[in-house]
Amino acid sequence: MVRFEHVSKVYAGGQKAVDDLSLDIARGEFVCFIGPSGCGKTTTMKMINRLHEPTSGKITVNGKDIMQMDAVELRRSIGYVIQQIGLFPHMTIAQNVELVPRLLGWDAARRQQRINELMPMVGLDPAIYRNRYPKELSGGQQQRVGVIRALAAEPDLILMDEPFGALDPITRETLQDELKRLQAKLKKTIIFVTHDMDEALKLADRIVVMKEGRAHQVATPEELLRNPKDEFVAQFIGRDRLTDSPGTLLVREIMTKRLVTVDPQHGIAEAVVTMRQRHVNSVLVTDEQDHLLGIVTAKEIEEVKRGTVADVMRTEIPTVLPDAPAREAIGRMYLDGLDHLPVVDEQKVLVGLITRSSVAEVLSRSAWQDGGAA
Amino acid sequence: MDELMRVLGNASFQQKLLQQTLIHITLSGAAVLLALLVAVPAGIFLTRRQRLAEPVMTAVGLLQTIPSVALLAFMIPLVGIGTTPALLALFLYALLPILRNTYIGIRDVDPAAKEAGRGMGMTSWQMLRMVELPLAFRVIMSGIRVSTVLIIGWATLAAFVGGGGLGDTIMTGFAMVSTGHILAGGIPVTVMALLADFVLGRLEKVVTPRGIRV
Repeated sequence: MVRFEHVSKVYAGGQKAVDDLSLDIARGEFVCFIGPSGCGKTTTMKMINRLHEPTSGKITVNGKDIMQMDAVELRRSIGYVIQQIGLFPHMTIAQNVELVPRLLGWDAARRQQRINELMPMVGLDPAIYRNRYPKELSGGQQQRVGVIRALAAEPDLILMDEPFGALDPITRETLQDELKRLQAKLKKTIIFVTHDMDEALKLADRIVVMKEGRAHQVATPEELLRNPKDEFVAQFIGRDRLTDSPGTLLVREIMTKRLVTVDPQHGIAEAVVTMRQRHVNSVLVTDEQDHLLGIVTAKEIEEVKRGTVADVMRTEIPTVLPDAPAREAIGRMYLDGLDHLPVVDEQKVLVGLITRSSVAEVLSRSAWQDGGAA
Repeated sequence: MDELMRVLGNASFQQKLLQQTLIHITLSGAAVLLALLVAVPAGIFLTRRQRLAEPVMTAVGLLQTIPSVALLAFMIPLVGIGTTPALLALFLYALLPILRNTYIGIRDVDPAAKEAGRGMGMTSWQMLRMVELPLAFRVIMSGIRVSTVLIIGWATLAAFVGGGGLGDTIMTGFAMVSTGHILAGGIPVTVMALLADFVLGRLEKVVTPRGIRV
């Protein structure tokens, strides 16, 4: 659908905004460009509808070189949504929505019909809102109009430049959900610029992480979370990795590494002291090579007051691999009523522990995120 | 006041005053209209050539600083006496407020609206007609109002170069040291200026779309 071939953009001052970018975007794909400010993501997007023109290289849309096309015609065939919304304040909602169809010369009846189709798609009743002016709508409603305005002339390709960046977090979430739903139904090709990793992970089929004008890493959200290319990407994902839904998290991402362990030869009294000091009600038993041997809980120690840890420890304990999906581990804990789930690798070496509190921490962080923390 | 009544009591003077008022209106109206025809397109042009804007604005501003009587006096060797020099001078005075407001009004249209328009595929002409002019309308209109009020006042000076208008009666008043004449000429000018301001203000309100009314 959209293809970049060695595209560069150098501004008049010699500043390189985009540097030898090559990328293929498939029909129906939802691609997010993300990166710190000044990384070239917006410039890249605006070259597609020729608001900026590439200095070198070639961009094709539907196989056609955009520099050979009429810029005005090209833009009319591409939906465009901007962060500042940009509704025309002197036009009614209906007039705003029908603008591109009007530029394209659709007749009034066809435009009317299109307005009546589009407005309900974003929950705006045409009977109520058609003749209102933008300033009479909330920010969220305005950007809904911004989105359907971009859809009005039925473009296959839609460019969105941080469309939800200026909205409050709750409205932003709602509009993201609506956009995702619309996209599932309409199957448009969407190119979406954002600096919000949560947003990119939630919406994108593919994420292009940009750095200094280059496509630094191009990957699906899942891949990006699992294999960030380097420290830059990892940092950019940062806290978001942990705050993502448990659905895509791995065990290693939710386990705690603050482990309380004892040697099997230790006496029980010593184990009790360790538990008290560390404020835990169980300890893991490991050998010198950190192989997991068993677990001792306060309950068992109460019953047997003498002997070594090795005498009282339970050895038949469920464990989980660090690369297993977190969802699976959490499911087992809750189904089997486990308080702890040790994480061991293939060599039975203890690498971490999932406890109810570590799970709660992950869930509460992601809930906090959903609730709209900035 | 008595003197004013005495002057106005004369039937042939009433006739003359009415005629002068009509000339005054025509002269001011024509000057503003001409200025409008020149300054609005020029203002639009300057928004497309922003580097020219400052020098042009300064030049037009300089015109405004020339004392009006001096400007009129300059006109005589160039275009003689009568209506022409008066109209020309008034036209030059009317330019600046309209030019400046057109330029600023269009330049300061919300960049988001401009970007949206361009990104949606408006041609430069469509952008001007559908976005820039409607959104700059109020600012341009207030420039026209300022010009009109200004010109109605300054049109009294047309009498100096034989341009006619209510300035004739005021000058007669000066010559005869007759307060009655000065008032008979001066009051209609003031009333006309206030009236023009009011009418243009109403017009502006009626024509402004509901979405951008304040």
